[in-house]
Amino acid sequence: MSEIDQTQDIIISRDVHKWFDSFHVLKGINLAVKKGEVIVIFGPSGSGKSTFIRCINRLEEHQKGQIIVDGVELTNDIRNIEAIRSEVGMVFQQFNLFPHLTVLQNIMLAPTWVRRVSKDQARETAMQLLKRVGIPEQANKYPGQLSGGQQQRVAIARALAMQPKIMLFDEPTSALDPEMIKEVLDVMIQLAKSGMTMLVVTHEMGFARAVANQMFFFDEGQIVESGTPDEIFKNPKEDRTKLFLSQILSH
Amino acid sequence: MTAVEMPPLRHSVSPLAWLRKNLFSTWYNVLLTILALGLLYALLHPALHWARTEARWGVIAANLTLFMVGQYPRDQLWRVWLSIFLLGALLGLSWGIWKNAARGFALIALGAGLAFALIGLLLNSNVWINWLLAVALLIGFYALGRILPIGRRFLVTLSWLLYFPLVILLIAGSRFIPFLSPVSSNAWGGLLLTLMITIIGNVASLPLGIFLALGRRSKLPIVRYFSIGYIELIRGVPLVTVLFMVSLLVPLFLPLDVRPPDAVIRAIIGFILFEAAYQAENVRGGLQAVPRGQYEAAQALGLSGPLTMAWIILPQALRVVIPAIFNSFISLFKDTSLVAIIGLFDVLRVGRSVLAQSEWLGTHREVFLFAFFIYWGFNMAFTYGSRRMEEAMGVGRR
Repeated sequence: MSEIDQTQDIIISRDVHKWFDSFHVLKGINLAVKKGEVIVIFGPSGSGKSTFIRCINRLEEHQKGQIIVDGVELTNDIRNIEAIRSEVGMVFQQFNLFPHLTVLQNIMLAPTWVRRVSKDQARETAMQLLKRVGIPEQANKYPGQLSGGQQQRVAIARALAMQPKIMLFDEPTSALDPEMIKEVLDVMIQLAKSGMTMLVVTHEMGFARAVANQMFFFDEGQIVESGTPDEIFKNPKEDRTKLFLSQILSH
Repeated sequence: MTAVEMPPLRHSVSPLAWLRKNLFSTWYNVLLTILALGLLYALLHPALHWARTEARWGVIAANLTLFMVGQYPRDQLWRVWLSIFLLGALLGLSWGIWKNAARGFALIALGAGLAFALIGLLLNSNVWINWLLAVALLIGFYALGRILPIGRRFLVTLSWLLYFPLVILLIAGSRFIPFLSPVSSNAWGGLLLTLMITIIGNVASLPLGIFLALGRRSKLPIVRYFSIGYIELIRGVPLVTVLFMVSLLVPLFLPLDVRPPDAVIRAIIGFILFEAAYQAENVRGGLQAVPRGQYEAAQALGLSGPLTMAWIILPQALRVVIPAIFNSFISLFKDTSLVAIIGLFDVLRVGRSVLAQSEWLGTHREVFLFAFFIYWGFNMAFTYGSRRMEEAMGVGRR
């Protein structure tokens, strides 16, 4: 494990535990993320990886340990949580776009109501972001009229509109048809290269190899192994990591 | 890619082809059709014969004003007309601005206005001029709505919100406005009363129902248990009971020196309290239909609880429950006939009082048939208008 350093680390997780009723989902997660790092978290389903990143913007509550995001510890103080949430963007597996709003309105909503940005400025930013994710021509359509890949790119633009310091991705390509995965990954790679701090739960090992600084292998609520992509792919130390990698890379 | 744009296939059939396909396709269908026609003729012929020869429709013509407004002072009827004109103008404007969503209701109003004008002409009553004026206003404001910029939608919404209090003020009058002398609500009657109760009851109960539905899901135990208790209490008793309770018990709860509100106001309060419980359950159904991911996405963007409700959850939930809300609207419209029990004169009760007039003894059939067509006609209109609105708003699609 890298040394924990309050001044440089934008996310610090110390001995984080979580239970769903009596089920122990997270069993002491320790990790630290530096500004601008891209972290890939992978592991079998049920290993707690999604639960962990959902704890970082407190969509889930941890019950023991400490999570410090951008110098603020996550507690039950609702103002703290809302402040953190507006600094941390999140992209979901199921996109979760607002179906009753147009693409443009989806992106403009939070900046105008949370950041109090003027409508004109929010619209300008939204159009810039739509250009960045490659679908400015879809601005006035409703989410239901877009393909899965396009929807996920809108979701990324929506999160970026809040100018977050950190972006969380919870299996962003798992609900997509194969031919749409690339368009989303391309946007994410471009984002990673622009210096965004990213935590990505994914099994897209090509993405990990291309941009990840650190990889964490989760199993049964624990970090089994961590390291750079080179270390993980070329010589995984743990048997469980080897087995899992052989399973997802075999086909 | 060179895709050829093809228009969707249309299945338009001539009436004759439809008849051949559906009624005369085989020999036994021909037989069934003839039998059914014969049966219809046998059933309807006496009724139609009665309606054309024996029926004394004069009872309706002579008491039309009574059916429409009850005992409302005849020299103050212009206020009712003004309310109708404003409604025509607003409907026209909404039609022009929202197009499809308001078209159903506007077309119905247009048709009804013309029909009333025709009836007025047939009965030699000069109300036909007023009805034509209302129709002209509707069409005129439709044209105005077409040329207004999109940004004016907000103004129209605001006008609708202002319309209902304004109509109440117009009809009820006020001591403080010289040309609007107060009209005791006990004088409201007939269709006017029926519609006032229906519309005020529904418009006021919806926000209350939304609050109750939200309260039922609240994390605060007091709010939650109060909401559940209220909803289950009201849903557990018949409407008549609520009406009795409100009309008899409200005066007891007020201090002695405060004059209790008029019977009509009490009845309206009763309807609002009753309907709110049902609207709450309608809205709750809608809230449950919004997926969890929507809450999470809103939270992840830093939206606070109230903002999430106002912009993300309620718009989706309410769209889902539009059919249920209109369903409640229709049942409330029919339930207004119960106010007769606490001594108010709605359409049906006016009918019974007309029957007591000595010159119209024995005209039960005419009077009740008329009441039947009033209820049925209005409900068909609501149904048609709401269905068009649902279609235009994409209920069940988006």
